[in-house]
Amino acid sequence: MATLQEFRTNEKSWWCPGCGDFGVLAAMQKALVTVGADPASTAIVAGIGCSGKIGNYINSYNIHVTHGRALPAALGLKLANRDLMVLAAGGDGDAYAIGMGHFMHALRRNVNVTYVVMDNHIYGLTKGQTSPTSQEGFKTKTSPKGSLERPIHPLMLAVSAGATFVAQGFSSWQPQLALLIQKGIEHPGFSLINVISPCVTYNKVNTYDWYKQSLQNLDNDPEYVPNDRTKALARLHETDELITGLVYQEESTPYEDLIPGFKDTPLVHQDLHVDPNTWKQILATLE
Amino acid sequence: MIAWKIGGDQGEGIDSTGDVLATVANRMGYFVYGYKNFSSRIKGGHTNYKVRISTTRVEAPTKRTDILVALNQETIDKNFSELDNGLLLADSVFKPMLPDNAKAQLLTLPLTAIAKDLGSVVMRNMVAVGASAALLQMPVDPFIQYVTAKFERKGPAVVESNRQAVEVGYQRIIEEYGHLLTYRLGEPHPGDRLVISGNDGIALGAIAGGCRLMCGYPITPATDIMESLVKWFPLVGGAVVQMEDELGSITAVIGAGFGGARAMTASSGPGISLMQEAIGLASVAEIPAVIVDTQRGGPSTGMPTKQEQSDLLALLHGGHGDTLRVVLTPGSIEESFEDAVEAFNLAEQFQTPVIIATDLSLSLWQQSVDRSRLNGPAQAIRRGATFSQEDLLALGANVFQRYQFSADGISPRSLPGEANGQYLATGVEHSTNGKVSEDPANRTKMMDKRLMKLQGVTQVRDGFKYEGPEDPDLILVGIGSTVGVLKEAAKQLGSNVGVAWFRTLSPFPSERVLSVLAPARHVLVVEQNALGQLRQLMTTHETTDSRYESLLKYNGVPFLPEEVVTRASALLTPVEVH
Repeated sequence: MATLQEFRTNEKSWWCPGCGDFGVLAAMQKALVTVGADPASTAIVAGIGCSGKIGNYINSYNIHVTHGRALPAALGLKLANRDLMVLAAGGDGDAYAIGMGHFMHALRRNVNVTYVVMDNHIYGLTKGQTSPTSQEGFKTKTSPKGSLERPIHPLMLAVSAGATFVAQGFSSWQPQLALLIQKGIEHPGFSLINVISPCVTYNKVNTYDWYKQSLQNLDNDPEYVPNDRTKALARLHETDELITGLVYQEESTPYEDLIPGFKDTPLVHQDLHVDPNTWKQILATLE
Repeated sequence: MIAWKIGGDQGEGIDSTGDVLATVANRMGYFVYGYKNFSSRIKGGHTNYKVRISTTRVEAPTKRTDILVALNQETIDKNFSELDNGLLLADSVFKPMLPDNAKAQLLTLPLTAIAKDLGSVVMRNMVAVGASAALLQMPVDPFIQYVTAKFERKGPAVVESNRQAVEVGYQRIIEEYGHLLTYRLGEPHPGDRLVISGNDGIALGAIAGGCRLMCGYPITPATDIMESLVKWFPLVGGAVVQMEDELGSITAVIGAGFGGARAMTASSGPGISLMQEAIGLASVAEIPAVIVDTQRGGPSTGMPTKQEQSDLLALLHGGHGDTLRVVLTPGSIEESFEDAVEAFNLAEQFQTPVIIATDLSLSLWQQSVDRSRLNGPAQAIRRGATFSQEDLLALGANVFQRYQFSADGISPRSLPGEANGQYLATGVEHSTNGKVSEDPANRTKMMDKRLMKLQGVTQVRDGFKYEGPEDPDLILVGIGSTVGVLKEAAKQLGSNVGVAWFRTLSPFPSERVLSVLAPARHVLVVEQNALGQLRQLMTTHETTDSRYESLLKYNGVPFLPEEVVTRASALLTPVEVH
């Protein structure tokens, strides 16, 4: 069983002191240890932005791709080697702006990948511009008079798009966040864990204190059962998504189990040569 | 050699009629080449399918049509000029009119009425097939056999009515026009051949080359590759994923390549443009990926169903930053198969994106290909330099340097799942352990390593082929589907003309180009784009001189051997100066 230390690297962090992403990293490492992951069989796929650097700090196989494209890379990697534990990570810009197209399709495709989005409602690495989750009226360098657009509601979108696992955590609430990531990893299908991860440098509105005062913890509501899509949508709507906890989960068969003829043995471990009988069968379709 | 053509409205079964004729003629031992003219719509609009049937290999279109089957007047109006005293069979249902200047013998048969009598107008095409067999003076039995097998699943009634449709079409021509039949094919050359397209060749090559994942987004003329693999992959445990766009397609392929699987995507110009950023990622992170570009008319949506070769420069230099890609350019369907296999080997051996550039004509049009040239199980698989699990265990933890410098620029890779092989693959500049680095000295060395390693491709692959005399007056240079056209043109021009074609466009095979073209007195570069992109590349690599001329075409219509002959003859016969 790997230890926390085995999931760490000696890379010095590029994040600002106090960044919420430290909490996401810690919870992710904790969850990996809890589920008994092996660093060599764990893969982190990350996009571009502050969040995209997370792979630098986790001792696993890491691929850091183009902006917005973590999910297709995670899909390809999981299909290449379905024995790997594949996690994708990105920020609100990576996931819900440039990568929105992939996000929606990953939800309905349901490949067994855990997606951790570090949502700080602002663009950090480019030094403070509006993000798709910024509130209407939010003032930034690209919206000096306040954002004119309504914010994206990623959780409602996910539930509507056919997601089989939707959760939200807060980087300061470690035990809950680590548990949500753990459940996401254990879920046999695509899991979305949107994590409120405050930017201490550029977002002076949605601060730690603001979240602590605004977020409702679903764990404190014994009435809420996360197995009903309609009720999940209603709760998300009522709370403007300012909740943490498991919002929705259903029984799921991952995409890779549904592909005709796709084997349990990972592609990467199969013989690449085609055998003469199969070849004959293939050519026969062209006769 | 006989050129047969059928025309009508799109959606009327024109393609399947052509397919039947091509398939049966091929089975009888003839060589066929079938191609069509179509538009980006599903129903309506003129479409035609032409099949050249020959006793020797044929791999190019031709201007002339010997036998034209017209299902509507538009077919006559648009195609009669190709008939040079040929036969025109028209369905009497539309009261065909032959233009005054037409040089053709008009034959009419009530194709539609015959089909209706037999039960359904749908069978009009089968009546046309039977009539065509008679016009070509081919025996009807092989057609009957084919139709019987084709419709077997649909029950004896359907088999019988279709069989009759072929039979009646055949008999009516013999009875009514037997005295006019002048075309007759020579003796067939029986062999084990399949009628396949370049896209089939690529899909087959992919399977033979170990590809087990295809992520794509439908686009003309690449979609067939995806559709064939959907059909075949379950037999080998592979998967096709229809992605949300081409950005996702290429990135999924890169993810799979990082994971150690052989994966591909296939697209055409618009999709390739979208993939450019990710191709740069595969280059800098040194991840194998195979990308097929079946070129079509550009830019933008351009001419989706028309032939062009105008992506060449974009394939080499389309992305931002300094990268080299391996670009393979098959010049025939057999080479499409070989290059698909080789693309996966080169991608892993050189840890880099490999692009296979074909074009609409090469990818879609069908031709007789020897089965022996499609030997999947015999293909060699080369995985390139890797660290095995044993190597990595011997190395110890946290030691592996994924991007270590080496003499040939290639760094052995580890695959996810292997202990002690963990690393970061990133599109950011990195040091030998994969970690982000902006150190100037490291940057220079890393850039040099990536650029230098691809030069090794020239050592493992002949990038420039030549067929012709040792001391030619003229060498025709081409790429893709044009190669077949040049070969036919050279045959017509005589024994002093050779044909050379690129198999690798990048890294550019400069030495081979120089040595092959050295003896020629004239060089004619024939390509289907407006800017002369191939010639530009040759000039960039300092392989051109005053002997070079260009023949360009960019109207969407494939080159005809006749056009090349006309231009080449002018070069070979200098105008006398008085």
